[in-house]
Amino acid sequence: MIDEKRIPLDRRRFMRAATGALTGVVAALSPLAALVPSRAWAVELGALNDSQGEALMAMIQTISPHDGLDPVAYALVVSALDKDAAGSPAGKSDLIAGLASLGADFASSAEAVRVERLRNIEQTAFFQGVRVKTLLVLYNNPIAFAHFGYEGEVFSKGGYLYRGFNDLHWLPEVPLEASGPMPG
Amino acid sequence: MARFAFDDDSVALIIGSGAGGGTMAHELTRRGVSVVLLEAGGRQSLDSFSQDPGAAFGQLTWLDPRSQSGSWDAAKTSPTLPAWHCKTLGGTTVHWTAATPRLQRYEIRARSTYGNVGGASLVDWPIEYDELKRWYVVAEKRMGVTRRHGLPGMPASNNFKVMYAGARKLGYKRVHTNYLAINTKAREGRSGCIQQGFCVQGCKTGAKWSTLYTEIPRAEATGKLDLRTQCFATRIEHDAQGRASAVVYRDGSGAEHRQEARLICVAGNSIETARLLLLSESARFPNGLANGSDQLGRNYCHHMTSFVWGVFDKPVYSWRGVTLAGVVEDENIFDPTRGFVGGYHLELVTLDLPTMPLVGLPYGWGRDFASVIDNYRNIAGMLINGEDMPRADNRVTLSKTVKDGSGLPAAHIHCDEHPNDLALRAHARQQGSKIYEAVGAQRVVLSPGSAATHQMGTARMSHDPALGVTNPYGRTHEIPNLFVSDGSVLPTPGAANPTLTIVALVLRQADHIVEEMAAGRV
Repeated sequence: MIDEKRIPLDRRRFMRAATGALTGVVAALSPLAALVPSRAWAVELGALNDSQGEALMAMIQTISPHDGLDPVAYALVVSALDKDAAGSPAGKSDLIAGLASLGADFASSAEAVRVERLRNIEQTAFFQGVRVKTLLVLYNNPIAFAHFGYEGEVFSKGGYLYRGFNDLHWLPEVPLEASGPMPG
Repeated sequence: MARFAFDDDSVALIIGSGAGGGTMAHELTRRGVSVVLLEAGGRQSLDSFSQDPGAAFGQLTWLDPRSQSGSWDAAKTSPTLPAWHCKTLGGTTVHWTAATPRLQRYEIRARSTYGNVGGASLVDWPIEYDELKRWYVVAEKRMGVTRRHGLPGMPASNNFKVMYAGARKLGYKRVHTNYLAINTKAREGRSGCIQQGFCVQGCKTGAKWSTLYTEIPRAEATGKLDLRTQCFATRIEHDAQGRASAVVYRDGSGAEHRQEARLICVAGNSIETARLLLLSESARFPNGLANGSDQLGRNYCHHMTSFVWGVFDKPVYSWRGVTLAGVVEDENIFDPTRGFVGGYHLELVTLDLPTMPLVGLPYGWGRDFASVIDNYRNIAGMLINGEDMPRADNRVTLSKTVKDGSGLPAAHIHCDEHPNDLALRAHARQQGSKIYEAVGAQRVVLSPGSAATHQMGTARMSHDPALGVTNPYGRTHEIPNLFVSDGSVLPTPGAANPTLTIVALVLRQADHIVEEMAAGRV
């Protein structure tokens, strides 16, 4: 169901040009352990340093907090934003300035404190840019799909016709006159 | 494929290849008329459709810049993309969800039925319902619509089981798996539906009707079609007699061409059709072609839409199956005791990840927002689709601030919601919520409307040339060989998803054009 080649994570290795990096280890018992190239993961950062990367990581986790969703999914968003910033000097300085505005202790603050600080900057282009990127990236990868139970495309497997499109049994079946027969 | 010379003024020229233009191309060519079909987008195929929602969006969507204003939801929720339709061969029939309800008899008599609604420019349609119904039958048989003319209904999905059980508990009677232009079994050279979802990304089985793989290849097979993709019309020219004579367009390389024609059908959807006619202003027609009435661009309608999500404590897996395979029709009636005129459909809907958090949920972030997505597999969904009031000032004009890639003014869309629209939506939200609460929803989430997917109005039909842009056949009042062949001609929107009505009107219009050509009147 999951194609590990689609997970755009680097294997853990030494970085040459990277400014910073985010690293982590997928929990051994996590079903995700089978999905990632190796349990230890690293995201190289081209525009942000380590502490900026950690602040951004904390910001994304505050915007879309999902207990049990592996940090590696959030790291994908950090990586995407970092990549955008690395390609645009103006974007990079905006991102770094925005992260600085969160305060040096943002990443280590309690969630309620982080929420309060984000609420204060909610109207900024910086916040909205990070929020939209979070939605685009966090919910569009095999790790998120596995976590939320989304099965995605199944054209390649013959559709949902015989893969549960009508397997809900906690409500009565629909009479034929309001629906239609199974084909075949 | 045929290739006609640029100075061949015997051809019929069609701009746009969607429900209107694609159908017109087939209808004219199969009766021996030579056709040049211009399509702004490229050609995709069942094989090339992407199953990655983001990639598919980029592959199919009309992304040219636009500006907008007004109080409608799209101004807040989708400011840079106020309307979501396609730029690809087959037009919006590539990403449509294939719901094909008919307009009701009362809906095309909106002014007579609803009376004078302040601030609305309601009119009666200039055609009889029985005439429209006759062409609905032809269109439904052509497209292959479930539950019509002996075709079976779509089987019930999980998502529909929730809608059905809740709606029945509320006492609704007209609840079924919708009228859909989707094959449930292989038919006429196209596959049966395999319930894969992803209707909006392009149907990879071809079970869903689209002009891309029905009308257009059939037109090509006649040898009478000169199809030119990636060709964007920028201007319609007229001759000294005031007849449309040629279309200027840019091809994929940016080179400009000029194709002469005997008659021209514009089918670019309500936004681009209005824009092209406005861009074609001349000394003789200073307000744009066919705009002596000053009605061109006005009365833009898009339907009142918004999502109702029911969050349950048990799985629904709403994404499994046909996107819009369910409807509650009971509120598609005239009953002003509800506090508004016009009616609405409650239609089944589902959105993939990441589209649901991106456009399907109300703005938010943090624990409350995330908790909805935590329950993604337990969510059932419906889409409100209600009649919005036409308003003279809800209109498409040429943008004063935004230009497209070639320097032409973009379309500007202004849309204010009418109090009737808001009352209708409030009622629909309440009923939709009750449906889910009746079967145990833990929570109901209501979303604002997003980018408009139904483009209607802007070149309404009328008997009186002072009150509309086209006559009852979609032929412009001012220019006898210029036709509007898309949803622009709808004088009022009703509550029906517009594609079936567009196809029915275009089939009727094609009949009229062929008769007029034979009689030497066009």
